[in-house]
Amino acid sequence: MVVSTKMALDGAHAAARAMQQINPDVLAAYPITPQTAIVQTFSQYVADGEVDTEFIAVESEHAAMSACVGAAAAGGRVMTATAANGLALMWEIVYIAASMRLPIVMAVVNRALSAPLNIHCDHSDSMGAREAGWIQLYSETAQEAYDNLIQAVRIAEHPDLLLPVMVMQDGFITGHGLERMEVLEDSAVRDFIGTYKAKYSLLDIDHPITFGAWDMYDYYFEHKRQQTDAMSKAMKVIVDVGEEFGKISGRSYGIFDAYAMDDAELAIIVLSSTAGTARTSVKELRAEGVKIGLLKPRVFRPFPAQEFVDALKGVKAVAVLDRSISFGAMDGAGPLFLEVCAALFAAGLKTKVVNYIYGLGGRDIFPQHFAQVASDLQDITATGKVKSLVSYLGLRE
Amino acid sequence: MKRGTTASIVKYIRPRTFPTPFCAGCGHGILLGAILRAVDELELDFSQMLFVSGIGCGGWIPSPHFNTDTLHVTHGRPVAFATGAKLFRPELNVVVIGGDGDIASIGGNHLIHAARRNVDMTVICANNLIYGMTGGQVTPTTPLGARTLTTPAGNPEPPFDLSRLVAAAGATYVARYSVWHVRPLIRSIKKALQHEGFAFIEALSTCPTQYGRRNENPTPIGMLRALKRDCVTVKRAQDMSEEELVGKTIIGEFVS
Repeated sequence: MVVSTKMALDGAHAAARAMQQINPDVLAAYPITPQTAIVQTFSQYVADGEVDTEFIAVESEHAAMSACVGAAAAGGRVMTATAANGLALMWEIVYIAASMRLPIVMAVVNRALSAPLNIHCDHSDSMGAREAGWIQLYSETAQEAYDNLIQAVRIAEHPDLLLPVMVMQDGFITGHGLERMEVLEDSAVRDFIGTYKAKYSLLDIDHPITFGAWDMYDYYFEHKRQQTDAMSKAMKVIVDVGEEFGKISGRSYGIFDAYAMDDAELAIIVLSSTAGTARTSVKELRAEGVKIGLLKPRVFRPFPAQEFVDALKGVKAVAVLDRSISFGAMDGAGPLFLEVCAALFAAGLKTKVVNYIYGLGGRDIFPQHFAQVASDLQDITATGKVKSLVSYLGLRE
Repeated sequence: MKRGTTASIVKYIRPRTFPTPFCAGCGHGILLGAILRAVDELELDFSQMLFVSGIGCGGWIPSPHFNTDTLHVTHGRPVAFATGAKLFRPELNVVVIGGDGDIASIGGNHLIHAARRNVDMTVICANNLIYGMTGGQVTPTTPLGARTLTTPAGNPEPPFDLSRLVAAAGATYVARYSVWHVRPLIRSIKKALQHEGFAFIEALSTCPTQYGRRNENPTPIGMLRALKRDCVTVKRAQDMSEEELVGKTIIGEFVS
């Protein structure tokens, strides 16, 4: 039986609550808007004795991720949280965490990267870190952010993987937006994640080991091959853990959230909170007889290429919405679009795919934007021609 | 017009940027005024000054308010950015303004290395003992035992003595004053702006919103009175015993 409590929480407090129930051994973090609410809420749990965690308010995000790597290498279950330039400042160590195969879990509250200075949502921070070797899960709501964080522990620590996981939610929109959600019993979460015993750790005096040692052309390449092999096993683990989570919560998780995709001829692909607006728009368009559907990926790393191919078979035109730009990429497209194109091309599909950049620096997106996207897709299917490969939504030109 | 008056410093401010984003009772407005009064009294060419600031409330003192070149950069890095600007335009009077979280925590490494190199610039650290902008978290200058959002049961770590740290790193002008001690603060800023080499001023500021109200001093006037009560000059401190100095902050010039 699923036992949960309905609560009104914003995404940041939902993430903090998940962390409290996970009860990590070590949490090292530095304040940055809009993540701060997670760590300061967690520090109250520490002060109130509700967790056993060693919490350290370090002097920078670079120090935060470094402390996390140290603690994880010593065998601890370790978490942190950050956003935007905080993630950018961690960069060096973000790669090292993955390369050392340390199952750290990090909450990322998506925010635009400087410059110019902006505190609002876009995905330039986590998309910038997409090649770092972390598993990336994107959350639409506070509920998903909470659920994904709990699952992330199991995914990261799976013996086939030992890969760090970052769990995204949209800054302010989700992070500071209050919503009704369900919080599991502490015991249910603790039973679900179990205890963690690192196979190899520092300070195990009978079995001394070295992390991060000198590794030249003789073995470095093989180690990278092992790392990418581990990533290729992640999709199955993510799906298995998502199903198992469904048994304790009533909310199963897969790779996508598909809405009205069964007979769809047109499709919109979008990450995170914008999927809510997209779903409403798709519902309205369906009422008007437009055969359109929505595909919201939950997993971006590893990239579900085959799953995208399967999901988009039969679809005539696809719009991929990106909340970041891969500067200098084909036509200045976004990363999600580029990966979707690569997947469809490799599978030999000739589906027409177009890209929309939206929401940079927190610019709002409205249902009329989706109506415009649907209209563009209808034009493409009618004429067989793509007028603009990459367009912008809600931008003053 | 008499130099250093409010009427005389308005010209340095971009009018459409006012009112400031500072909370009621914030000491940073006093510091903003003190910096501009120093500039005005020295009759410096404002167009030949560059103000570099990072992230946090202190970083907002020059940017966007000052009507000259301002470079608003990432958290902790203004001293490093300013070093680069100074190298290419040595004739500019380069001033870094930032908070304790910016200058002393995430940017602490740049601070001590710029001091060691004696880079010709002025760094003014608005030390309000807290990360104000993100909502009141512990910084490396938060006093032992103080309550913040990330230390709700009291800060378990001792703070930096920033002025001693920078002096030990090799700065050639180091002073500490507070926003209560405005005249000596302005005099000190004037000296720093004219100083050749690395000048550091620790300007003790007040944050009733994020610090005071969690530490039994919630009002602006209460925080200013605490500065008046708790600060003793270098000269007075020489005649005080260690017991008498407990809880006191020494102000004055440490290196000049």
